[in-house]
Amino acid sequence: MPSPPIDEAAPQPVGIVERLVRDDVDRKRFLKMAGGAGAASFGAFVLAACGSSKKTASTAAAPVATSSTSSTSSNATGDLAILNYALTLEYLETEFYAKVVASGLFSGKVGSLIKDFGRQEATHVEALKGAVMKLGGTPVAKPAGKFPISSASQVAKLAYTVENLGAAAYLGQAANIQNAEVLAAALAIHTVEARHAATLGTLVKKSVTPEGAFAAPADMPTVLAAVKPFLA
Amino acid sequence: MSNYQIASPELAACEVHGMTRASFILRGTLAAGAVYGMGSVTPFVSQAFAATGGGDAEILNFALTLEYLEADFYTVKGKQLGLSGQAKAYAAQFGAEENEHVTALTAAIKHLGGTPVKKPRFVFPATGESSFLALASVLENTGVGAYNGAAPSLQSKQVLASAGSIVQIEARHAAAIDLLLGKSPTPNQGFDRPLNKAQVLAKAGALIK
Repeated sequence: MPSPPIDEAAPQPVGIVERLVRDDVDRKRFLKMAGGAGAASFGAFVLAACGSSKKTASTAAAPVATSSTSSTSSNATGDLAILNYALTLEYLETEFYAKVVASGLFSGKVGSLIKDFGRQEATHVEALKGAVMKLGGTPVAKPAGKFPISSASQVAKLAYTVENLGAAAYLGQAANIQNAEVLAAALAIHTVEARHAATLGTLVKKSVTPEGAFAAPADMPTVLAAVKPFLA
Repeated sequence: MSNYQIASPELAACEVHGMTRASFILRGTLAAGAVYGMGSVTPFVSQAFAATGGGDAEILNFALTLEYLEADFYTVKGKQLGLSGQAKAYAAQFGAEENEHVTALTAAIKHLGGTPVKKPRFVFPATGESSFLALASVLENTGVGAYNGAAPSLQSKQVLASAGSIVQIEARHAAAIDLLLGKSPTPNQGFDRPLNKAQVLAKAGALIK
């Protein structure tokens, strides 16, 4: 395996993922470039095997990026793009938990779980930044988040939504990751997001497995649209 | 979606069994984690890739054995013990979900041209609700580590996708059971440790007769 070229492509603006979240045109161009598919076929195998006709199976896999685009090592394609996308989500989760902790809405056992989860999201941020740099990329800048924090029950519901989205986002990228070690790291994070989601499910009296026996993935456009309201 | 194909030449080209340049990526990742007290994940790399030398069908057969184990535990042992309340509800829900995993994995193995393993016989040492939950915690957390350890060795991206959608459920089960036990729902902190086959068998092998 050749060592990755130095990032000689046009310098990527810091915070590219954030920009993609804000800008629909950029996002479409990015997804076309990065071949943000694969996620669409995610789960199709199991569903096909089960003879199920769930809607996730109906979206055919779009063509993957051509070799001419994927061979360039830039922040905008391949594993780097996925890592920076995950990093943006982890930044938002970390900030969200920090604000929740600061709000003082939770104490005792739940408060301690919330603090644990916030710390764990922070370790994900550090790990992903490290992975981006090891791949020769530039970690995206921390986006400025904004989160509605009013009551304990509202925050718990929002946290449940955020963690389920995070778990689905990782699941949606697993089959797109090319480097096996990046994949191993993403999987190790993915199941922790799932643990967070299940824990919050018990707090808000929702199912710990809202999608049943097979978790549904979310592709990049879906996730980016969902986090848009949380960017300041 | 009947067209089954291996759509991952990139993944197949990765040297997952050897220590490649890529090892540095994960090590760097974990070193960053260590700053936050995540030193416990150090053996991550070797564990992740020493899982199995077999093909996808063999990996799925290993997963199928574990799913049989979990399904039997919840649906048979759980009934024998006469669980109550939340433990009873989880046993019913999780048992049904593990059974769905059994069905899906059986179909997937056949699809790959393999022969699904027969359901083994199991012996569970649980004698009451608390020992049942304690064993459930071991089984679910072992399941998470087993899938996470084996997944990078899968050649087919579709199989990988399926394994991912299953392991997320195992993680959710594990967290729910651990909470019920008053334990941390994140026993590995921020990064779930992958397990290799020997490590999985060390935890669950004694239950298989």
